[in-house]
Amino acid sequence: MTDLTRLSAADLAARLASGDVTSVEATQAHLDRIAAVDGAVNAFLHVDAEGALAQAADVDARRAAGETLGELAGVPIAVKDVITTRGVPTTAGSKILEGWIPPYDATVTERLKAAGLPILGKTNMDEFAMGSSTEHSAYGPTHNPWDLDRIPGGSGGGSAAAVAAFEAPLAVGTDTGGSIRQPGAVTGTVGVKPTYGAISRYGLIAMASSLDQAGPVTRTVLDAALLHGVMAGHDPRDSTSISGEYPDVVAAARRADVDGLRIGVVTELGGEGFQPGVRARFEESVELLTKAGADVVEVSLPSVKQALAAYYLVMPSEASSNLARFDAMRYGLRVTPDGATPSAEAVMAATRDAGFGDEVKRRIILGTYALSSGYYDAYYGSAQKVRTLLARDFAAAFEQVDVLASPTSPTTAYKLGEKLDDPLAMYLGDVATIPANLVGIPGISIPNGLADEDGLPSGFQLLAPAHADDRLYNAAATLERLLEQHWGGPILAKAPELEATR
Amino acid sequence: MTETLVPLDEALDRYDPVMGLEVHVELNTATKMFCGCSTTFGAPPNTQVCPVCLALPGALPVVNEKAVESAIRIGLALNCEIAELSRFARKNYFYPDMPKNFQTSQYDEPIAFDGYLDIEVDGETYRIEIERAHMEEDTGKATHVGGSTGRIHGADHSLIDYNRAGIPLIEIVTRTIEVPGEKAAAVARAYVSTLRDLVGGLGVSDVRMDQGSLRADVNLSLKPKGSDVLGTRSETKNVNSFRSVERAVKFEITRHAGILDAGGSVLQETRHFHEDTGTTSSGREKSDADDYRYFPEPDLAPVAPSREWVEELRTTLPEPPAVRRARLQGEWGFSDLDMRDTVGAGALELVVATIEAGTTPQAAKKWWLGELARRANETGVDLDALPITPQVVAQIQGLIDAGRVNDKLARQVFDGVLAGEGTPDEVVAGRGLEVVSDEGALGAAVDQAIADNPDVAQKIRDGKVAAAGALIGAVMKQMRGQADAARVRELVLEKLG
Repeated sequence: MTDLTRLSAADLAARLASGDVTSVEATQAHLDRIAAVDGAVNAFLHVDAEGALAQAADVDARRAAGETLGELAGVPIAVKDVITTRGVPTTAGSKILEGWIPPYDATVTERLKAAGLPILGKTNMDEFAMGSSTEHSAYGPTHNPWDLDRIPGGSGGGSAAAVAAFEAPLAVGTDTGGSIRQPGAVTGTVGVKPTYGAISRYGLIAMASSLDQAGPVTRTVLDAALLHGVMAGHDPRDSTSISGEYPDVVAAARRADVDGLRIGVVTELGGEGFQPGVRARFEESVELLTKAGADVVEVSLPSVKQALAAYYLVMPSEASSNLARFDAMRYGLRVTPDGATPSAEAVMAATRDAGFGDEVKRRIILGTYALSSGYYDAYYGSAQKVRTLLARDFAAAFEQVDVLASPTSPTTAYKLGEKLDDPLAMYLGDVATIPANLVGIPGISIPNGLADEDGLPSGFQLLAPAHADDRLYNAAATLERLLEQHWGGPILAKAPELEATR
Repeated sequence: MTETLVPLDEALDRYDPVMGLEVHVELNTATKMFCGCSTTFGAPPNTQVCPVCLALPGALPVVNEKAVESAIRIGLALNCEIAELSRFARKNYFYPDMPKNFQTSQYDEPIAFDGYLDIEVDGETYRIEIERAHMEEDTGKATHVGGSTGRIHGADHSLIDYNRAGIPLIEIVTRTIEVPGEKAAAVARAYVSTLRDLVGGLGVSDVRMDQGSLRADVNLSLKPKGSDVLGTRSETKNVNSFRSVERAVKFEITRHAGILDAGGSVLQETRHFHEDTGTTSSGREKSDADDYRYFPEPDLAPVAPSREWVEELRTTLPEPPAVRRARLQGEWGFSDLDMRDTVGAGALELVVATIEAGTTPQAAKKWWLGELARRANETGVDLDALPITPQVVAQIQGLIDAGRVNDKLARQVFDGVLAGEGTPDEVVAGRGLEVVSDEGALGAAVDQAIADNPDVAQKIRDGKVAAAGALIGAVMKQMRGQADAARVRELVLEKLG
């Protein structure tokens, strides 16, 4: 009998549609897999077996009754713990929200439920999505399925690891500076950050409002497109949600034809600071695309050099304000300091001191400082100017090419603890992913092989103009096919077997 | 610190007051500024809340278009420019009644700016320049339990009602108002009163100062006469009646002058106004270092009202206040003085409504500027805060017109209504106030009065009709005032004629 956890979402969906397999069976298979390996991986903060099986049974019943269902109906999914799920704990990886049960569903959650995707549980993440390794989770790090001593990337390491470890065929991530794409790169999975505003942020616990974007985490490009299609669409509850036409990303993924596609390799992203094995794999991918008929040129984005600095002003500024609501007054942790009758302010301070981890505090302090009167123009103001310049650079580049390409992450997965005490070194890992968030354009990362020096997966990033997410899917699906031919199968098939710990 | 107050006239001899007024108007939209929760006043605590106005993790705001419309109409009525692109901003500070710990407000890109409002004091017109009118959201309402002051300091615990959190507010900020001398306080009062009438006339707010749907902050500083150097200002918060606006200005003038005369310097701080004593006390010290870390609200798109919409809204504005006053004065046949008194007493809208309810202009004015003004003054509240409506005033006047009560009895009806004894009819019945029109009973009372006052009766028989007053008085006394005085007079003259 086929191991249902090894199927792509599209293949599993086909089996479900044919009546060959039920959603309850598929969901149970994944719950079993979670039970077997998650002790070692720690991809999940909360598993909702009961809820998932109930949703699965409901889909099965509706299918049996002859109802027309969405393409992914019955395919189970994991959701990053930064997205609210009614009745199911949502912590954003923070102690300050330990035990909080949201009374409402995020729009993304609603859409998943409406499309009939049973929610297996909530995945681990860096606290409030602040980090690139999942080591900043208040509930312990997630381990990379390729090597349990290594980081799975972050902040969405839980979602990427769950998919890489076959605990879920699909997962939802969120990407503020690379939190979907970088974990994808280091775990050998596919991650997409759609155009800003394509997927509603309502119910996504905000880190940086102008940068946050939810997106798919999968094992294939087509699966990502299918999930993208389920989640995207205008939401009147999110004022920054896009209205109007959405591109058909599924059709683009199925088309998979780069003949005549103009691809720009970004000069500034790929030289110094990039691991040799990562660079070698990137060059190999570019060559494959060229052979398939793509027209590859080099393109310069001079302002990219300032992007990281601008990001580390904009993001903490917005975060410092967004995280102000965690004050012990209405929900979440409450720490009452010693003393006769502590004031509300004292309770707030004690709670925030105990409830937030170091990285969160670091960014709150940074952002509070950057917004302070007298510093605002020099920091927040300048950072916004960089965003404008960067947007101009991208606009100019997209006059010449249809998509841009770079390695997703400068390195493969590093060891747990290796960069924990060196925030700047960790921040540098996001150099290639951050620009897309600053200008609101879509980006995808797909696995493009293993680095020679460590045998670990590397990632290939494509960027497209806003609202042209379909270009990413078309190009990425092509490259995925070429790489499978080149490597003799999916990259993820080369990952070591995880030992069941149960 | 004990403060030495300088008498007002002395203070004004040496200093000129410089004022700034910030008025918050709570809009009467059906839903809140950024969510769909109801705004009904007086609902049980925390029943009109949702993830957005409670700032639950992940919730996002959406701008209430009706509130934007109201803001634009207020801006237009205040002769403001309406911004082609206006933005919301976050004002960051921690306070338990503010769910997000930032207030979504507007900072350097308000919806309306550069306007003015003409007001009148003692027949003189003053142009108050409006710097800006911007949109923001209200906070929740904290009740501090325990402690003596009802303020957060010293309280045992606090209760927070978030029903008010997120209710749309328009903050209207004046440029500095420099009116020398004793007129300053009256100008401040007249500005708030005129603004209340203007906004009320737009139908966008209940404009009830007693319920907090219109709240004024009074900023005041003094500069020595002949000097151009501005002093340090104090900000007296939430002054909740027109009368209090005037008193707060006067008090702060005397307090500032006391400090300056003693060679001290005024602290830049917020002050609380105390209705009972007419004084202010120190609130929170404010300094230039007070930093709200404003930045553009990334969760909301800019508000960019089309010019067509703005012009369409302009056509919905009622006639300007000055034009309207002139029209009403003509229609009512009021003298300039009548009109000035009516406006000055903050009674214009009350008189309008009373006339609409069927009363003559003179009668409406008589009650609001006479009996009711006296009572409001006695209890220290504004006229519109009295527990009596223009409709009830009209009903009582109706009783007089029907001959059921006389003027004197009517005052007792007002007593009853104000004491919560019910409708005018119920008060008349309950207190037994109806005029006695039984000719037999009246005749007997007149006979008794003649018998009791033979000297007076004789004078009347001798032709001194003016003496009849004494007999009428005696009859009224005997009837406990419940007689038609005109009829009593007729009977007296008949019997002695």
